[in-house]
Amino acid sequence: MAAASSDTALRRTPLYDRHVAAGAKLVPFAGWEMPVQYGEGVKAEHLATRATAGLFDVSHMGEIATSGPGAEAFLQHLLSNDVTKLQTGGAQYSVLCREDGGVLDDLFTYRLGATDFLTVTNASNHEKDLAWFQQQAAGFDVEIEDAHSRYAMLAVQGPQAREIVQALADSPLPDRFTCRHRMLRGQRVLVCGTGYTGEDGVELLCDPADAPMLWTEIVKRGAHPAGLAARDTLRLEVNYHLYGNDLMESRGPIEAGLGWACKEDTGFVGSEAVRAVREAGPSEKLVAFTMASGIARQGNAVVGGGEVTSGTMSPSLEIGIGMAYVPAAMAAEGTELQIDVRGRLRSATVAKKPLLKK
Amino acid sequence: MADASYPAELLYHPEHDWARVDPAHPDTAVFGITWYAQDALGEVVFFDPPEVGSTVTAGESYAEVESVKAVSDVVAPLTGEIIEVNLGLGDAPEAINNDPYGDGWMVKVKLSEPSETEGLMDVAAYEATLS
Repeated sequence: MAAASSDTALRRTPLYDRHVAAGAKLVPFAGWEMPVQYGEGVKAEHLATRATAGLFDVSHMGEIATSGPGAEAFLQHLLSNDVTKLQTGGAQYSVLCREDGGVLDDLFTYRLGATDFLTVTNASNHEKDLAWFQQQAAGFDVEIEDAHSRYAMLAVQGPQAREIVQALADSPLPDRFTCRHRMLRGQRVLVCGTGYTGEDGVELLCDPADAPMLWTEIVKRGAHPAGLAARDTLRLEVNYHLYGNDLMESRGPIEAGLGWACKEDTGFVGSEAVRAVREAGPSEKLVAFTMASGIARQGNAVVGGGEVTSGTMSPSLEIGIGMAYVPAAMAAEGTELQIDVRGRLRSATVAKKPLLKK
Repeated sequence: MADASYPAELLYHPEHDWARVDPAHPDTAVFGITWYAQDALGEVVFFDPPEVGSTVTAGESYAEVESVKAVSDVVAPLTGEIIEVNLGLGDAPEAINNDPYGDGWMVKVKLSEPSETEGLMDVAAYEATLS
């Protein structure tokens, strides 16, 4: 029975039974058994999210709760953005840097109260982030809690997403980049006006026990279950970064085009390194590109330097698209790139972000 | 996607490729991939055809087919020279999923070693490898 050990080690979200019932193809992802797609297929899920609404189980993502009198000062020390600008009920994107500016993770932080914050981590980085938070906490009057087991997380995205969730809620949903507790079908849920698709919509942080009920209610109102594969093609069309592809410890946020989320004057860990790169100008930049034909994939080399970090066939644009780190001199819009796709050179053009304009 | 099917008139290669040899022209064959192969790949989004006039060798890759997440080599079941490619797959690669034995055909080949067909499997032998 030893062969089963790697399978049994995979964790399942509270929505596992819903996925199986919906015909999901389940795959291992960051230690979790997650739906990569359902019966309709990736393209249909992607286009349904753009046209109506998609429903994603993102319960594999982690949460870290930071509280106490020193919570704001502590997060200001760790996160690249200006946490003092984050109001109660607000949401803020930032990166977590090492001292040398390398990116440990990219995160959304929600401010639930004056001294109460919730930070959402990437599943593959959750343990690393938690250890980093704890290691950096010395000297701050702060309590750090691994809140992952307290939450399931659902993303409802698309032009009809708000209308669908609103029908379950006791009062108006929060605006984009804000968060509020709402009662959905009688259960308390943290509703966040955030997402990873470029569509309007909400992300729901709820008690794991309530997740199956919410899933069923949302599907009943017309949202299409959508898997990780559609989540990836949706985010790449609007050039949102994926940690492990487009962000990594060996590169900094300026190179990644995330300078807007870095406020070096706050003195966050890594701010000196980030400032130095910003002032000198990065030697390479993350660009978006479109292919003349074919598809470039992660790891393909760019002639003249650089590499593709994400690549796929865009279901909305119906061409190959992607992102690549290239030398700064090759980063201007309209620059023609040659990409080595398994030994064959294919042409691509640096394009303006986001590739898909709404 | 249609249900699993494996036509009786085709010859099968263990890498999940098929060959259709026209009895009236036993020195030419059409190649494609089987229902099993397209199902394993998932939704095909790009087919990169070889050039007409290029040679293909039994057991070796002659083209690439890409699904949303992965790229796979397509292996030639027989040896010969490509005399036609399915240009329709450029605009509609999903035909490889929807109709793997019809509109999803990939290349037509003039066989240089027609006797190689003896090394391929019939439908019963191929289906046995899938169970």
